[in-house]
Amino acid sequence: MTAVDTRLVPRAIGAPLSRLDGPDKVTGAARYAFEQPVGEPAYLYPVQATIAAGRITRIDTGAAEKEPGVLAVLTHENAPRLASTDDAELAILQSDAVAYRGQFIGGVVAETSEIARHAAGLVRVQYEEHPHDVDLRADRDDLYKPEKVNPGLETDTADGDVDGALASAAVTLDETYTTAMYHNNPMEPHTTVAIWDEQGLTLYESTQGVHALRRSVAPVLGLDTERVHVICPHVGGGFGSKGYGHPHVILAAMAAKLTGRAVKLALTRQQMFFLVGYRTPTIQRVRLAADRDGQLTAIVHDVIEQTSRIKEFAEQTAVSTRKMYAAPNRRTSHRLAALDVPVPTWMRAPGECPGMFGPEVAMDELAVACGLDPVELRIRNEPAVDPETGQPFSSRNLVACLREGASRFGWADRDPAPGTRREQGWRIGTGVAASTYPVHRIPGSKATIRVEPGGRYAVLIGAADIGTGTWTTLTQIAADALEVSVDDIALQIGDTALPMASVAGGSSGITCWGSAIVDAAGKLRARLSDEYGGSVPASGLEVTGELPPNPDAERFSMHSFGAQFAEVRVHEDTGEVRVPRLLGVFGVGRIINAKTGRSQLIGGMTMGLSMALHEHSVMDRNLGQVANHDFAEYHIATNADVGSVEAIWLDEDDPYVNPMGSKGIGELGIVGTAAAVANAAYHATGVRVRDLPITLDAFLR
Amino acid sequence: MNPFRYERARDAASAVATLVGSPNAAFLGGGTNLVDLMKLGVATPDLLVDVARLRFDRVEATPDGGVRIGAAVRNSDLAADATIRGRYPVLAQALLSGASGQLRNLATTGGNLLQRTRCVYFQDVSTPCNKREPGSGCSAREGYQRYMAILGASPACIATHPSDMAVALAALDAVVRVQGPDGERGIPLAEFYRLPADEPQRDTVLGHGELITAVDLPAMPFAARSRYRKVRDRASYAFALISVAAALDVADGDVRDVRIALGGVAHAPWRARRAEEALRGAPATEASFRRAIDAELSAAQPLPGNAFKVPLARNTVVSTLLDLTGELR
Repeated sequence: MTAVDTRLVPRAIGAPLSRLDGPDKVTGAARYAFEQPVGEPAYLYPVQATIAAGRITRIDTGAAEKEPGVLAVLTHENAPRLASTDDAELAILQSDAVAYRGQFIGGVVAETSEIARHAAGLVRVQYEEHPHDVDLRADRDDLYKPEKVNPGLETDTADGDVDGALASAAVTLDETYTTAMYHNNPMEPHTTVAIWDEQGLTLYESTQGVHALRRSVAPVLGLDTERVHVICPHVGGGFGSKGYGHPHVILAAMAAKLTGRAVKLALTRQQMFFLVGYRTPTIQRVRLAADRDGQLTAIVHDVIEQTSRIKEFAEQTAVSTRKMYAAPNRRTSHRLAALDVPVPTWMRAPGECPGMFGPEVAMDELAVACGLDPVELRIRNEPAVDPETGQPFSSRNLVACLREGASRFGWADRDPAPGTRREQGWRIGTGVAASTYPVHRIPGSKATIRVEPGGRYAVLIGAADIGTGTWTTLTQIAADALEVSVDDIALQIGDTALPMASVAGGSSGITCWGSAIVDAAGKLRARLSDEYGGSVPASGLEVTGELPPNPDAERFSMHSFGAQFAEVRVHEDTGEVRVPRLLGVFGVGRIINAKTGRSQLIGGMTMGLSMALHEHSVMDRNLGQVANHDFAEYHIATNADVGSVEAIWLDEDDPYVNPMGSKGIGELGIVGTAAAVANAAYHATGVRVRDLPITLDAFLR
Repeated sequence: MNPFRYERARDAASAVATLVGSPNAAFLGGGTNLVDLMKLGVATPDLLVDVARLRFDRVEATPDGGVRIGAAVRNSDLAADATIRGRYPVLAQALLSGASGQLRNLATTGGNLLQRTRCVYFQDVSTPCNKREPGSGCSAREGYQRYMAILGASPACIATHPSDMAVALAALDAVVRVQGPDGERGIPLAEFYRLPADEPQRDTVLGHGELITAVDLPAMPFAARSRYRKVRDRASYAFALISVAAALDVADGDVRDVRIALGGVAHAPWRARRAEEALRGAPATEASFRRAIDAELSAAQPLPGNAFKVPLARNTVVSTLLDLTGELR
């Protein structure tokens, strides 16, 4: 077998280099979208629908327009017509129809943000309200099968004789697990600054991909892609919700068009619960069949989830089940309810994150049923090849992660009986779950490297740093690819004026952007050596490389794996749940930066802890909206909720994934955490919680 | 946010006079709740009279063995006060369990008492809410019930009072000192808050223009052994599902005196008088504690979404009293 032939020798790669953009961020010099200085900005505040289905019969903007300082009031009656309404999420203000509560039905542009917000409250709207339906239930009669699930995967799979295996197995399990609706909630709100001029539209936008953003909004606005210029050097988090354009970009562009001014819009935290996506709640029925030794004979994972009536997003919740364990008979399915709700979207590890909750708790239940240690059960069901494709894994170290984690966590001393450890009023338990995430590769990224005699290497690529450390890690990769020091690299990212870069999504950034840089560096060095005798010509030299196809991707199944261990305490009197300890052991290929990499993994695990115990967007059935739409009521783990969180990685050498040998780490950390916590809570109390979040009422007696 | 005017009060009398002349004016303390409500469009005062800088900023021991807390004393300062920590630890603990350090640095004693419910529907002007807009209906009753009341609610409103400090004050027999257009008066905390009945828009018995100047705590030597236990959905920065403020005096194994107040259960801090009655003279045992709180909670009318609060309140009261008794299981 041949490996990727341009493998880097790591020098800068792997070092715990501090963020190069760190000083700018902590001193406030790093500019986020809303802070970008533009001449005479006007401010936009949206008007949102207060019904979940129906139409607007009258919209009275008189009082708002009379307010001093108001420049324009946008409604469906005066908004610019969009060139394309194919994307119904983005096709705002094009008709009187209301598709979900909180949808944009207007906006006020004013000289200050305060005037705009005040005037927006003066817009009076009358509706013809239609009955709405926001109720996700497994017994709905209108569930449908989407053609594909995100990002274009098979909706259903069936291998072997599942029913026969279930009927004849010594041990079977059939349980239903649910995960809640979650909102991405990055720290920086979704923000747009829109400016029109003769060249077209300039957007300062908080986005996970400048090129992806303009590709999604240009056709809506009827512009050639090249006429939309997107600038975004820094992003305060996205978690998927800034993966492509949401309606606020269109509203800001419309407002700037109508007023001829540069328009600034920053969504409020409350508005972010209506307009920029979320993770669908899921209902997961899991059936397992095994022999007495815990050898799986069948796995069935049937998922029910929601999408919006106006636009489909089908989360790929069951796909990880297709790869995880060596059961000869497997079946997975996804069914959707189309509801009068906002459009769901990517949220950190879409698919794998919710989809590893049900099965990994089920595995714990199976371990109990078989009288087996849950680590051992997983080891026994380790597949030799990808169960779905029959391909070998490029590297798969789940077993090593489980063993290393068990050793570090003190697993050997564990009494498997639940509810046996108590300390000062707390019941104590430990749990384990597996973690996985694919190695994604999105085609199309390019990188340019330019050098002049005595100068630094300018490395240009329209990549995004959403807080992950891209500024630093791409600099390290470029340094190693050029065999120079990181000080010799001047990286530029976050601008559509730079070469095309794919979105920061699917943990694919380093694979796609890094490989393009390595390709460019190889070409540059070849030309320097072949044409210029190894020295930089007086006129300088510029080359462009691209993400090459990876023939090994056809031969191997490429995934990261990990093992998550949790210690949980449940208070005997109140049922309060605490997680004093999390340990994640991951096989993720080579880590580019030990410091930012660790941050990604422990950040993911912390978000998984938050999912396990706290996060829950509560849908109000009568109103058709999320009731707890602010940070006082939508709980995210606080510092006091997070104890020791440790992430380590194995020395994993994968020669097939990309020249860096890296697999992508932005999402893996959140996968499996909630299951490990739920399994530990069971071990602490003997109470099996199958619905997230795990709250104190489950344990009260 | 509606446009509004701002004035800084020179003294209490002029602050009161200004409000009397302005039916839509409001006093501004730390602003940690009022300003939020203004941003959300829930509160729409046309004039803010800033009383945070009035000289009600001291915590003073009184000759009768009690303490007078100025209405402008910041929550952080009150929690750190040595007299409070020594004589009324339940109050310091309650303060520190609330909000965040930044908020406590701004929030005042008077403002804390007057914070409004955090009911999600009250805070969202696009939804029906009888407290915000009388007669519009209650979204919570058939909606998100987790944080709602189990005691003393009405068909019109099932909201809970969010303050931790006020729960401790209820247990400590505090008296709210008020200056109004008709002079000064003292209102026992137990009578300060209203249950919602059919006027949920009125949280307290204060009239327009009445300014809180101080909170008096009577001498209560046994409160030196007192405790605040707050149970919530995360370890910090969350409102109480259930909280318990308790002080206990035990002599020869029997309860000589006791104070119990509950938070997170009602429209007001809930003084558990029935439980206190049942306990006075009873042996200080788990069985007594359980009987007493069961007597209190027999009036509970939980909803499907918050029925867990009944056992949670019972368990939390019992374990808090046991902790105070020093009985360790």
